[in-house]
Amino acid sequence: MSTVPELRTDPASSPVPGPAPAIKPLRHPVRAACGVLALLCLAGVVWSVAKNPNLEWHTVGQYLFHERTLSGLGVTLYLTVVCMLIAVVGGTVLAIMKLSDSFLLRTIADGYIWLFRGVPLVVQLIFWGFLGAFYQRLTIGIPLTDVVFYSVETNTLVTATVAAVLALGLNGVAYAAEIVRGGIAAVDAGQREAAYALGLTPAQTMRRIVLPQAMRVIVPPMGNEVITMLKMTALVSIIAGNDLMTNLQSIYSMNFKVIPLLMVACVWYLALTTALTFGQRYLERRFGRGTTAPRGGFGARAARTTGGEQA
Amino acid sequence: MSTPMLVAEGVRKNFGDSEVLRGIDLTVGRGEVMCLLGPSGSGKSTFLRCVNHLERLDGGLLHVDGELVGYRRDGEVLHELRPREVASRRAHIGMVFQRFHLFPHMTALENVIEAPRRVRKQSGEAASARARELLARVGLADKADAYPSQLSGGQQQRVAIARSLAMEPKLMLFDEPTSALDPELVGEVLTVMRDLAASGMTMVVVTHEIAFAREVADQVIFMDGGVVVESGPPDEVLTRPRHERTKSFLGKVI
Ligand SMILES: Nc1ncnc2c1ncn2[C@@H]1O[C@H](COP(=O)(O)OP(=O)(O)OP(=O)(O)O)[C@@H](O)[C@H]1O
Ligand SMILES: [Mg+2]
Repeated sequence: MSTVPELRTDPASSPVPGPAPAIKPLRHPVRAACGVLALLCLAGVVWSVAKNPNLEWHTVGQYLFHERTLSGLGVTLYLTVVCMLIAVVGGTVLAIMKLSDSFLLRTIADGYIWLFRGVPLVVQLIFWGFLGAFYQRLTIGIPLTDVVFYSVETNTLVTATVAAVLALGLNGVAYAAEIVRGGIAAVDAGQREAAYALGLTPAQTMRRIVLPQAMRVIVPPMGNEVITMLKMTALVSIIAGNDLMTNLQSIYSMNFKVIPLLMVACVWYLALTTALTFGQRYLERRFGRGTTAPRGGFGARAARTTGGEQA
Repeated sequence: MSTPMLVAEGVRKNFGDSEVLRGIDLTVGRGEVMCLLGPSGSGKSTFLRCVNHLERLDGGLLHVDGELVGYRRDGEVLHELRPREVASRRAHIGMVFQRFHLFPHMTALENVIEAPRRVRKQSGEAASARARELLARVGLADKADAYPSQLSGGQQQRVAIARSLAMEPKLMLFDEPTSALDPELVGEVLTVMRDLAASGMTMVVVTHEIAFAREVADQVIFMDGGVVVESGPPDEVLTRPRHERTKSFLGKVI
């Protein structure tokens, strides 16, 4: 019995009288030194690039808003938007096919992804660019009869831009399909059952319940896809697409100001990528709705990983 | 005599080689509450899921309010219904899950109005007004704009009940509605269910809450190994069970 009061007087377990002690955070001298060193290196590189006379800042300024730069920028944006739309819509359809109960639909979707992911994009671009060499005419009619509704010379329909859209869009579908499928698979099966139990049809359940939740998982990798797509449009210079990179290349092949024009390309691609990053952040918040509350529970983990705030 | 609300005749269900339901026969009258007891893996959840065709039967028949579940009868042939038709029959059967399954991207109110708006094509105002009534009925009038992640388990389950009631079901299925709740939250959900039973709702409740079954049930069924072992009024099954398996199960649960 007498040991209890003695334990109470143990200084470690008794409350300390007087003001609460100040907290002194641990210092990280090595980390700080590394940071300073990295900063110095970075400053050196920036300094040497900025002062390099070959950069010709005035040439960069002259071409930054040049007519051909801006028209190329327009084409690049157009290609990115149209191809990404094709990729997202087609990818969603393909993802739903891949998750369907039908063996045939699943196999077709798998085959598509296998083909368009497996063949290098450059090969696909050139193939669509030279489609006219494969089919001279494109014809819509009833096979094995003489009935023809529509027929056109391939090269008048599939212009360089159309070929670029086909190549980038159809390739994007394959990647988007995998992303969307992953997002749909990440939604708890109970969500679908709850929706069915309320009498929602499978299509309503997909649109209203599953896809909005899948978006949380889909948006970040899809954002990467958009940025990749933006940069891949530079590849269409192979089949002459008048995009930003093609136009800048044709300018520097005339005036040999390679470095300044590459700098112009860097500035614009970085500007667009930055804008897209902000767009992505907005979407992540929009679809993080309801998952970012302070309380624990099934939303708590997602809240930590998306880092958004309450919508 | 009017047709019973739920009739099961020889309901069978297999998952691969394992027979999970091996011929279930039971009848639930209108306005009756039936409690389903049984050890884990006895097929209670599977039976409830069959009742609203979340699982396809491998044998037997299920009638809800005189209509076959999931099939249309044409003489001796059963035609499986299209997804849209299955959906419209399910709309008359409410289901409450152990883990709530509220839609996390919608507020409590949006959860409740979703099905009335999409399935019954009600207007936003009409559905919202009704939803607020229902939320008030389960004691959550002030939580209409909260997201599920901002609610306690008991509150989430009450929203889930309101969500089912919004479709004005003829029959409510509850699959262990309080098993995922902290003990101090069980009472608030059982209170809502008690009121619902008192209002004349037909209910099939899978539960381990023996006291609730004793008080509310008109009929208690004890299942084990995919068959009904014993059934009858709660006084008989819970107080004077005839079968050894029922006795040993009740011995463990109480
Ligand atoms: N989708 C499924 N695929 C394969 N087996 C399943 C599936 N669903 C259930 N089972 C099996 O069927 C049996 C009955 O499951 P069920 O969930 O109906 O039991 P229960 O009585 O509800 O048990 P509990 O009290 O644990 O919820 C179990 O052995 C389970 O493993
Ligand atoms: Mg169960």
